[in-house]
Amino acid sequence: MRHDLLEKALNGEELAISKVLTQIEYLTPLGIEYLKELLPRAGNAHTIGITGSPGAGKSTLIGSLIEEYSRRGHRIGVLLIDPSSPISKGSFMGNRIRMIGKERSGDIFIRSLATRGHLGGLSADAMLLIEALDGLGFDRIIIETVGAGQTDTEVMDVVHTLAVVTVPGTGDEIQALKAGIMEIGDIYVVNKADKPEAEMLYEAVKFAIEGIVSPRFGWQPRIVKTVATKGLGVKELVDLFEEHMKYLVSKGLFADIVRKRRRKAVELTVRRKLSEVVSSVVQRADKLFEQLEKNEVTIDQVINAIYDEVKLNL
Amino acid sequence: MERKIKVIVAKLGLDGHDRGAKVVARALKDAGMEVVYTGLRQTPEQVVKAAVQEDADVIGVSILSGAHLELVPMLVNLMKEKGLNDVVLIVGGVIPPQDVPKLKEMGVDEVFLPGSSLKSVVERIKELVSKKRGLKVAT
Repeated sequence: MRHDLLEKALNGEELAISKVLTQIEYLTPLGIEYLKELLPRAGNAHTIGITGSPGAGKSTLIGSLIEEYSRRGHRIGVLLIDPSSPISKGSFMGNRIRMIGKERSGDIFIRSLATRGHLGGLSADAMLLIEALDGLGFDRIIIETVGAGQTDTEVMDVVHTLAVVTVPGTGDEIQALKAGIMEIGDIYVVNKADKPEAEMLYEAVKFAIEGIVSPRFGWQPRIVKTVATKGLGVKELVDLFEEHMKYLVSKGLFADIVRKRRRKAVELTVRRKLSEVVSSVVQRADKLFEQLEKNEVTIDQVINAIYDEVKLNL
Repeated sequence: MERKIKVIVAKLGLDGHDRGAKVVARALKDAGMEVVYTGLRQTPEQVVKAAVQEDADVIGVSILSGAHLELVPMLVNLMKEKGLNDVVLIVGGVIPPQDVPKLKEMGVDEVFLPGSSLKSVVERIKELVSKKRGLKVAT
């Protein structure tokens, strides 16, 4: 089947890429058609997750990373993930601000994405957008996730390389060890390394990662200092990313991670569909809940009735 | 999944005051929209680039410098050039009332002057998005 918009996107037309991503993000019938075409083309991109606490300088660092990758002749896709408000379901996404002016060269595509109620670092739509960007020929894909410590472990499962960005001067360097993210990174970045407390943090992180007994894929985590605002250490960081990617390829793990990512994408998408059915059944069940209030039915009867109704609606 | 309205909020030109833009951005977020805030001192090129890559439904620019009659035509022309014909363009800020018809003639969909209620901004954006983008919008 031929799709004009997809053809244009594959030829690198920016607005077409953008429209294709929207269709896939919302998993419209058209989006599913695009995804079917793109998936067989995907699986080649090196995917890199960037995580770390708010204010660690992740966005600024990515701004420098894309410049360095671009200099090296890569096409870079960037996904910036920000939380949705649990109350209004809206979102205020401000990460792009640090990258303005750097997406000019035509080989850098930056997209902001709200979490839309998903608790972990990545949602089903984000996973599908990774496949899409990969299939559209972006060979380096950077994903910035909500800096929320432990929930970000989910990101680890789907990216090839995970960088954890830490920053000095958060008061107590021991926090870095407690946060739970000290066990998930392949590469640790001490950003804002020109600050006086940076050396202490560097030593603390180094101590923490040296103690990791069974690192992911047998790769001993590495550490690098950067000053993202000045671009310092960025070349070294990209070198490390490339080294990690080559390591994965040499061990035959690169394609494994892609398979794992697709499994997760399917799981999350199916869950999202199920969750929509559950929500709509619960919403329509006013009568049952009235009966529950009057003690005419028990809680397990309500649960079973809803469960049966969900099954009927599948 | 329900389609969300995506809005680029930017400060166009050289003035350094973004409080108004932030207040509007927050109101749009509170109305359930997804706002990409691109901040201060943006050029028309940067705003349009962001709108293209984000597949934004709305571009909202705040101009307090008095340069709206110069900046807006640049923005409108770039939008046309990049194929953003169905994107809603909103201008806010310090705009003399007599310039409002001029801006609308240039292709601005709505102008909000100081004192506009946030509720009216939200309502008008929803209305324009459903008209221009053909999006089904929850009210």
